[in-house]
Amino acid sequence: MNGLDSLLNVILTTDFAFSVLRVTTPILFAALGALISNRAGIINIGMEGIMLVSALAGVIISSYTQSAWVGLLGAVLAGTLIAGLLAFFTLKFKTHVILGGIAINMFASGGTVFLLYLLSGDKGSSTSLASKVLPSVDIPLLKDIPVLGPILSGHHILTYVSIAAVFAVYYLLKRTSLGLRIRSVGENPHAAQSVGVSVVRIQYMALLLSGFFAGLGGAYMSMGYLSLFTRDMIAGRGWIAIAAESMGRSTTVGTALTSLLFGAADALANAFQVLKIPAELIATLPYAATVIGLILYAVSETRKKNRKVKSPLAK
Amino acid sequence: METPLLEMRGITKVYPNGVVANRDVNFSLRAGEIHALAGENGAGKSTLMKMIFGMEEPSEGEIYIRGEKTRLLSPQDAIDRGIGMVHQHFMLVPSFTVAENMVLGMEPRKGLGIHYAEAVRMTEDTARKYNLAVDPKAKVEDLSVGMKQKVEILKALLRGAQILILDEPTAVLTPQETEELFRELQQLKEHGHTIVFISHKLKEVKAICDRITILRGGRSEGVFQTSEVTEQEISRLMVGRDVVLKYDKSKLNMQAPVLTVENLSVNDSQGRALLNNISFSVHSGQIVGIAGVEGNGQRELMDVLTGGLRSGASRGTVRVQDTEIREANILTIRNLGVSYIPEDRMSQGSAGEASISDNLISTHYRSKTLNNGVFLRASKIASMAAELIEAFKIRCSGPKQPIGMLSGGNMQKVVVARECSANPKLLIAEQPTRGVDVGAAQLIHEKLLELRENQGAIVLVSADLNEVLEISDRLLVMYEGEIVADMEDPSSLSEEELGLYMLGIKRQEPQHIRRTMNDVEV
Repeated sequence: MNGLDSLLNVILTTDFAFSVLRVTTPILFAALGALISNRAGIINIGMEGIMLVSALAGVIISSYTQSAWVGLLGAVLAGTLIAGLLAFFTLKFKTHVILGGIAINMFASGGTVFLLYLLSGDKGSSTSLASKVLPSVDIPLLKDIPVLGPILSGHHILTYVSIAAVFAVYYLLKRTSLGLRIRSVGENPHAAQSVGVSVVRIQYMALLLSGFFAGLGGAYMSMGYLSLFTRDMIAGRGWIAIAAESMGRSTTVGTALTSLLFGAADALANAFQVLKIPAELIATLPYAATVIGLILYAVSETRKKNRKVKSPLAK
Repeated sequence: METPLLEMRGITKVYPNGVVANRDVNFSLRAGEIHALAGENGAGKSTLMKMIFGMEEPSEGEIYIRGEKTRLLSPQDAIDRGIGMVHQHFMLVPSFTVAENMVLGMEPRKGLGIHYAEAVRMTEDTARKYNLAVDPKAKVEDLSVGMKQKVEILKALLRGAQILILDEPTAVLTPQETEELFRELQQLKEHGHTIVFISHKLKEVKAICDRITILRGGRSEGVFQTSEVTEQEISRLMVGRDVVLKYDKSKLNMQAPVLTVENLSVNDSQGRALLNNISFSVHSGQIVGIAGVEGNGQRELMDVLTGGLRSGASRGTVRVQDTEIREANILTIRNLGVSYIPEDRMSQGSAGEASISDNLISTHYRSKTLNNGVFLRASKIASMAAELIEAFKIRCSGPKQPIGMLSGGNMQKVVVARECSANPKLLIAEQPTRGVDVGAAQLIHEKLLELRENQGAIVLVSADLNEVLEISDRLLVMYEGEIVADMEDPSSLSEEELGLYMLGIKRQEPQHIRRTMNDVEV
């Protein structure tokens, strides 16, 4: 009982709500990226690897230039570049996009450690590199409001960017030409083609954008969430993001909300550490939430589909 | 004489796999006419139109637009030259609104975003100009098929189409929607548009077209004023027999019924009848042929007979001997002694990467002779495969060769060998000789007759009229989901007469057709 009390004491605080937003940020970025490529009908499962490469790129470039902003730019460019590579192989040379994604993840996992060792002599983390961190921002007026202030103000700049990105992606998909074409290519590529929309070019754009957002997520990990790079530091967030996109039914709002849900599970796992439960078990919480989420999603999808095909011969 | 709006001269199209779709075809369009392109399935209509729309390039021959020699390398080229196409499978994005579908690829902008109000206005303007009422803000997935078609036509018009190609536009429409479409096409004609109407429905062709070009077997049979040819003449030109096959058929020795179909109906999701109250029976030792222009219910009938239709889609009874199979699964049906040669040997009939012997056992590897409960009996399988390869004269390097490496004819022989070797009580053969060479076709026909000799019952669905007329003991003709003719001794039938039934110009009295059912009680 005592444990539960102390847990509630942790959860029912503004600090906890603050930490939910903090851990949601990388998932949200990657999920928005996955959303764009998925809507164009080309699934990018290399999010994890792209984030990892971007995280390292941010650390290396910021430590060499001594500018966090240049580091951010480098991280985003690295992410876009890797996604471009995936696009090049899948769209130009017709490699299977899943295999391409797997290759990127494996390449990133090994390649980042190799590069890290080459530059810092350390295979575990980048402590010896004097990398920079992007600033946190206090929002005037908002920060003085009780309860809301401590929850919403004082976050890392990229956390605010991620929230703005939700609106930007919503606008992109719903209101712009590119968004319309992305959705048409994903839904009926023949229709897009028949009116002169280049399916391949749109899918290129979508994959590059997915890399751009994964790059932001990676930069946040090593220049915000932590202030250094450690091996395999993305720790499944890229995968959780793909799950969030899928569970959010490939809508911008749904994806943002499920990202928040997974973020909350992640934060909860941290909070649970005050209880005397093995840390390993707690660490499974976000993943268990993913599995349960996907099951619920699959069940509801199947029901929906069954209802649709009740009428005979619907194909 | 005025220059034609569009002219194709000496067009030949050979696909990379060697199939000749068009041979030395001439086709010309006069400005402001409705021009029918008629022919059976596989006559080369679609390929010809794909070349006009820039989706395929002719192997030989030239295309002139307004007297100017033109190469059309992509649909965009064709659109730029004022050619629009309404495909049989609509090129629409279901989750988009009508207006969004209309402007896709040419979106009006306002700042960063799409000027949606402008898109709606463009849609309304085009719709008003051509008197084709649509709701620009409705989602396409909620529209009826007829409405979707309207959106497709408007899409082409918005892009400045002067020539509009409609690929079998009435195939998916109800009679009311068809009438409406015809009124709309007349209006477009009055606006000065030129329309190509691809169809094999002669009544419709006669009703709205000015001229007609008839294709058969990839060649043009000529171009006519529709008012100057009768439906019978068109039918004769479309459906001709080239070579007459002759087989030594033994006398019909019909025994008990094996397949009995009674009052079978199938509706699609919109409630349209795809099969309407079909009844017939097939007896042991008898081949019943089913003829008809593709898309008149044959596919659905085959699906019901072979367990390919989802439960709840059909009504009526279908019995193999005394067992009801209408809702049965494929394994149950096969275990009753039913074999099936599917129309599509590539995707349904065989597994391309697997060996010939694996393909030969794929429908009966469960049998005790091939299987000891855990492992397959390799030596039995090998000897059986060797026997079948010999008996069916399958040209291959050996039983272990992947079937995908064989020619179409040899691949089909493997499928036929597998289905016939099971000594089926009932064989359902769907287009068994489509696209195979004469030699293979002859062998397959002989094997079907051999099975008939051995008291097998056979349902033969084929677009090859030679085949159904020559092989069948009884011939059923399907039109719009119904059996419109039932004929004994089909080999004496003329193709002209068959054509009239197939194209829905003539039909027999219902009592006459019900006769087959009465046989059952005899």
